[in-house]
Amino acid sequence: MYIPTIGCEVHCELKTKTKLFCSCKNEFGGEPNTHCCPVCSGFPGVLPSLNEMAVEYAVKAGLALHSTINKFSKWDRKNYFYPDLPKAWQTSQYDLPLCVGGYVEFMLDGKLKRVRLNRIHLEEDAGKLVHDGGVSRVDYNRCGVPLIEIVTEPDMHSAEEVVAFLTELKSVLKYTGISDVKMQEGSLRCDVNLSVAEEGAPLGTRTETKNLNSFRAVARSVLYETRRQIDEITSGGKIVQETRRFDDNKGVGYAMRSKEDAHDYRYFPEPDLLPVVFTDKKLEKIASSIPELKAARISRYMGEFSLPEYDARVLTADKEVSDLFDETVSLGVDPKKASNFIMSEVLRLAKSDGSEEVELKISSKTLAGILKLLHSDEINNLGAKSLLAALWGTEADPRSKAEEMGLLQSNDEGEIKAIFDSVIAANKKQAEDFISGNDKLRGYFVGQVMRAAGGKANPKIINALLDKLKAGI
Amino acid sequence: MNGISDEEVKHIAKLSAIGLSEKEMSSMKKHLSAVLDYFKTLDKVDVSGVSPTAHILSAVNVLREDTPRESMPTDELMKTAPDSDGSSYTVPRVVE
Amino acid sequence: MDIIDMTLCELSAALKTKKVSSLEATKACLKRIEQTKELNNFITVCEDEAIEAAKRADEAIASNGEYSPLLGVPVAVKDNIVTKNVRTTCASKILENFVPPYDATVVKKLKSAGAVLIGKTNMDEFAMGSTNEFSAFGAAHNAVDFTRVAGGSSGGSASAVAAKQAFGALGSDTGGSIRQPAAYNGAVGFKPTYSAVSRYGLVAFASSLDQIGPITRSVDDALELSKVIFGKDIHDSTSADVLLPDKLSGEVKGRVIGVADEFLNGLGEKETAAFNGAVKALEKMGAVVKRVSISSFNAALAVYYVLSSAEASSNLARFDGVKYGRRAESYTDISDLYERTRTEFLGDEVKRRIMIGNYVLSSGYYDAYYIKASKARTVIKREYDEALSKCDALLCPTAPSAAPKIGEETDPAKAYLSDIYTVPVNIAGLPAVSVPFGSDGKMPLGVQVIAKACSDGVVLDIAKALERARG
Repeated sequence: MYIPTIGCEVHCELKTKTKLFCSCKNEFGGEPNTHCCPVCSGFPGVLPSLNEMAVEYAVKAGLALHSTINKFSKWDRKNYFYPDLPKAWQTSQYDLPLCVGGYVEFMLDGKLKRVRLNRIHLEEDAGKLVHDGGVSRVDYNRCGVPLIEIVTEPDMHSAEEVVAFLTELKSVLKYTGISDVKMQEGSLRCDVNLSVAEEGAPLGTRTETKNLNSFRAVARSVLYETRRQIDEITSGGKIVQETRRFDDNKGVGYAMRSKEDAHDYRYFPEPDLLPVVFTDKKLEKIASSIPELKAARISRYMGEFSLPEYDARVLTADKEVSDLFDETVSLGVDPKKASNFIMSEVLRLAKSDGSEEVELKISSKTLAGILKLLHSDEINNLGAKSLLAALWGTEADPRSKAEEMGLLQSNDEGEIKAIFDSVIAANKKQAEDFISGNDKLRGYFVGQVMRAAGGKANPKIINALLDKLKAGI
Repeated sequence: MNGISDEEVKHIAKLSAIGLSEKEMSSMKKHLSAVLDYFKTLDKVDVSGVSPTAHILSAVNVLREDTPRESMPTDELMKTAPDSDGSSYTVPRVVE
Repeated sequence: MDIIDMTLCELSAALKTKKVSSLEATKACLKRIEQTKELNNFITVCEDEAIEAAKRADEAIASNGEYSPLLGVPVAVKDNIVTKNVRTTCASKILENFVPPYDATVVKKLKSAGAVLIGKTNMDEFAMGSTNEFSAFGAAHNAVDFTRVAGGSSGGSASAVAAKQAFGALGSDTGGSIRQPAAYNGAVGFKPTYSAVSRYGLVAFASSLDQIGPITRSVDDALELSKVIFGKDIHDSTSADVLLPDKLSGEVKGRVIGVADEFLNGLGEKETAAFNGAVKALEKMGAVVKRVSISSFNAALAVYYVLSSAEASSNLARFDGVKYGRRAESYTDISDLYERTRTEFLGDEVKRRIMIGNYVLSSGYYDAYYIKASKARTVIKREYDEALSKCDALLCPTAPSAAPKIGEETDPAKAYLSDIYTVPVNIAGLPAVSVPFGSDGKMPLGVQVIAKACSDGVVLDIAKALERARG
């Protein structure tokens, strides 16, 4: 029985305003080579100047991921030729990274799993190649964007574990506010190191599959590479240590030709940059600027709002959802009710396009408006659901919209009583059955009254009338 | 000493992206061997307990504010390119 | 007095008092460059731009605005310092068509001081060499004797200044590249403290050793140029503010001058005599001479070649035919493009150093060479710092001998030996100046003054005393 052993190198682009070593804008997209200068384009004679915010962000990531911050860290050059690397080296950190150790913890199949981190270092991103017929076009807009590389220990053994780890890591990074962590825009990318071995045997030779940019691709490449390595070994072959790619469209992996000789990176200290040194005071200052993280929110939701742990975890899984919840509550909505509605209705819409990213197209103000109408019984649950769908992606006023959609319901007991009486009169047989104990008919009557009232009767009033009828009042 | 092999010279040439004819190979090998031999004078310095020079200066924490500035116009950058389409550098298609 | 015979300071005074115009001075330089063009000191002469700049300077002088000592003064700049819209080749074929889109910080400073950029000077390709014979544009010749080398790597700058083609020049010094050619041509060459001058825009050879500095006809001239180019620069994280005196006294009374025994071992008779002459001259002016020892002196050259080649192999990897410079005519794929471009357009010496650099950094050899050299660097720096804690300055020859004949040295490894006195200064990041003193009978010799980091004023002051003693 072969089992895979997996470690990840996760690259996360930091959302600073400028690049790591020059003052060009750090912005996704843009026409090719429009966010460039001689420094990030690697012109002769240029020198780097280090962005203080990038250093601070990397430290924040380290603190949020329980790493130890190195009091002294320095810069090194990683040398190799590639057209997306204009200086022919990447400025990175080799032996003294900003952060060492740390871990990510998450629940999987009801068990708490911990993946240890080896290190987190700060480095610059490379440019982009666009392949077009016989040529590749080189765009350095992304070149020099600050990146943290988070390196795990080989603590994972299945695609599910890797995806759960990445999900949690992504969530923690989002909370720190240092990155957009958008896999589809490449601000979060994952390299997977994988080897297989029989249980209890020493680790096998590993391969590295580079640049996976969706959870789906990660999961599929892990399954693919595990299968490939097991097949190779069981058919008498040997695993070659190599760098690979995974084509998510075709569902197959392949060895990268361009990386064949790239293993001798000739790291050495970058003479153009000075070391970074931290005092305890500086680290405390950075720590105090980290916003409330997930774990703190979970315990706050459980304590202050008395939400069940499960609900607190679901609400905090994504920072934007948690922010929406907090803001909605701060607008005066009951936490339990806000939580229920977000967990059921809002999350359903936010993930409706099947993407891995939660996309919230509703403001807390609008959501609070809908929930207030619901809880003052001016609309019912069904109405709230359709109102949310109608307001999704708009800025319209919930009350006007509810009115326009005819969702505002009647709370006039006299009016409802009149309709109720006429429904009972028309269904004498069923009414008798109901009174004599057939509670299944309750729904039937609520439905009949609702229909007769044009859907605008408060179901609570109808239910109360049914209760009275049963009790013979 | 002739401590460097043909394979090593080839490997280093490849890392350097420098092509060597057979004649150049042998003169390069000779030169590298002579220089490496000369580097033996390093052994005369007692470096026990000495740290490598991490940086020649003792200054640390030279940092820049995270404030954007205008980038250079694309055409000004592209002017120096041996081959470009006006907005991107072009190279023969890179096979990954 | 003919304009071109003036020192930079004398010209500056003449410009200020309107005895001479910048246009006259500039035209005189251009004429001189034309008349002595067989020296091959310039890769690019900026004739039109220089005349325009001279006219602007004359207008500024006429309007009696703020006066800068460099206003209207024609100066030359080594061709590894980038100049916006003026070709910058590093004397390499790979950059023979490279017109930079930006100015180096020092060029910006020269321009805003009103200096006239007269041209870009010849050098050893990418500053790798000690004779200027490794220029892809042919060797620059010695200003004193045409059959001899100009020295390297800033040979063009030194010869141009000595041949009166410019009133001053900028060079770069990684292991002696300012001081040695200055000595060979009988000029003053000043390598400031590492960090004193911004390297932004200096095409890097070995970043931890490179430093820009002036080559001039007098020590006072060196001070005036330094005043303009010194200073911390946000574009160079390793730059710092290093103070300079307003004026040099040339007084050495009471100064303690250290001379290490290691400096004189193996030095020729005439060279020893010239050096001892400088020591005696300083003593005569009231300096105290003290014997010191720098036991790591003989290892410095090996340390230098390991570290500078390692850094160079990385710094020069960007010349790959993609973003600027030349690209090979034909190639099959991207690796072939890199290899053919570099093979065709980089010179042999540059290739040798890149190969050495990649060797000492490659896996398996890093500890034995790079790390060991880096540790030895710590030892050398410590020994120089220690020696300099006991004296104000160290004195040694600038080079073991005067300028050799062109084509005389064919073994590249042996040619390295001419840097033996200059490289330790770069290894330790110290300021040093080479000032002409004595001769070997035919050619000028230089003596080198070295001081503690940031004591740039001290080396210039002692150099001025030697200049005075020489008469």
